[in-house]
Amino acid sequence: MSVSMAEEYVRPAVRRAGRLFRDPTTAAGVGILTIIVLVALLGPLLVKNDPFAANMAERLLPPGGKYPLGTDHLGRCLFSRLVTGARTTLGISALVIAIVMLIGTAVGLISGYLGGRVDTFLMRTVDGMSVLPDFLLVIAISGFLGHSLNNLILSLVLINWIGYARMVRGIVLSEREKEYVLAARVAGCGTWIVLRRHLLPQIISPVLVYATLDIGKTILVISSLSYLGLGTQPPSPEWGAMLNDGRAYFQIAPQLMLYPGLAIMLVVISFNLIGEGLRDLLDVRGR
Amino acid sequence: MNELLRAEGISKTYLDSGREVMAMQDVSLHIGEGECLGVVGESGSGKSTLGRLLLALERPEQGNIKFQGVSFADLRGKALHSLRRHIQVVFQDPTASLNQRLPVWRSVMEPLDNFPEVTPPFLADVRHSRRESAARLLEMVGLSREHLDRYPHELSGGQRQRVAIARGVSLNPKLLICDEPTSSLDVSVQAQILKLLKHLQTRLGMACLFISHDIAAVRMICDRIIVMKDGRIVDEFASGRIMGEDRHAYTRLLIRGAE
Repeated sequence: MSVSMAEEYVRPAVRRAGRLFRDPTTAAGVGILTIIVLVALLGPLLVKNDPFAANMAERLLPPGGKYPLGTDHLGRCLFSRLVTGARTTLGISALVIAIVMLIGTAVGLISGYLGGRVDTFLMRTVDGMSVLPDFLLVIAISGFLGHSLNNLILSLVLINWIGYARMVRGIVLSEREKEYVLAARVAGCGTWIVLRRHLLPQIISPVLVYATLDIGKTILVISSLSYLGLGTQPPSPEWGAMLNDGRAYFQIAPQLMLYPGLAIMLVVISFNLIGEGLRDLLDVRGR
Repeated sequence: MNELLRAEGISKTYLDSGREVMAMQDVSLHIGEGECLGVVGESGSGKSTLGRLLLALERPEQGNIKFQGVSFADLRGKALHSLRRHIQVVFQDPTASLNQRLPVWRSVMEPLDNFPEVTPPFLADVRHSRRESAARLLEMVGLSREHLDRYPHELSGGQRQRVAIARGVSLNPKLLICDEPTSSLDVSVQAQILKLLKHLQTRLGMACLFISHDIAAVRMICDRIIVMKDGRIVDEFASGRIMGEDRHAYTRLLIRGAE
């Protein structure tokens, strides 16, 4: 390949990434999320007050002065807790999404491509699990196994992988009869190569879109569980748990619920904006 | 002429929204080494099903297919893999049959990558290098080395089909199954692709099963022609006898339609 060609030729993926930022709503989503992730990563540098230090003499202070967003019912700095909580909330949901993407994609690929008994077994399992209401299952698992971060993650994974497996299987079922897959089989590709080289790339974009929309939902579930006292345990700061803590003082110190609520809303909105932007972008065929 | 492939009494049904549809009924045929056999029929005649059965992508419910005396029915795993080496394919639409996300040289090299022990005579001196092998294959089908890193959507329809043909012949197969290889192309390009296929078939000495609805094209490059209708073979004759007195009424109809 000549040098001039290498310069002219831009990988389709790069070109599409450029277009993603041209859409203002998607760009806004990416912007907000970048700021929140940066805040979560740089947290310790931004936070002046210890998020765990209780000081009953300074409880329920309004925003201003030493505490930018005021203090909670134990006199802890709300801003510090919010920033530290970003790590917990984003960390758990990112971990959950990573795990369910792996499991769901693998199950969907195998089930859809191999078909037959493997497919029947895996899909009946999926059907069986999806009969149970999501939230109830999570509460049951947390209740039986005890409240801990690991159990929270486990229960979130158990309810979330199903959607990925179903979606991936559906795509594989429609793709596996297409000529490029048949041609690969005739070319002597084994099952593993067909799955990895030919089917997986077809699946990555829809899975990413789905995951981006799903991560917002997961953050809400984590927060609701923490709000119910089934998620992360005090004193570790988590946005949902902070909402729960602030509930009793809503009338005298509304900032206790306002700021964590706003933080959750911002993250969920930014993920949804990105997810929808990605979906619109990847839907366009024959670019 | 030694016999390469023989199919006997093969039948295949499909489930179409719960109803069984007979795609192929009691079809028998044979292909000799280096022979070019044409299969003509309208859409729905079962000719594409025939191609998929002979490629061992699907299995017939009845009947048997033998390649060099080895029956398809018991082929699994490794044995099936080694059969693939000898029977390759060119599908109708290269837009669908090439992976859009791979540069063409990767698609062209895929069969050779899967059969590292195979060195076709026309690649004897370059087989050590994947890119050199791919470049040689592209040159064989009238493309050049500068197409190596292109993606399918950066090529014209005819160029894409040449890439698919390069992949089809890369293992120097004994039988190349061409399933409507020209019908997705512009009329002006069709003749070039036909000529290329005929040229490669003679040069490499491979047998060819040429499936098409276009009896005129089939007649140009095939030695013998089979006519299919509704999943059955209705006529079979040497290309030279296409105007013979003993042609089936349906064959005459197809010929009139082509004129």
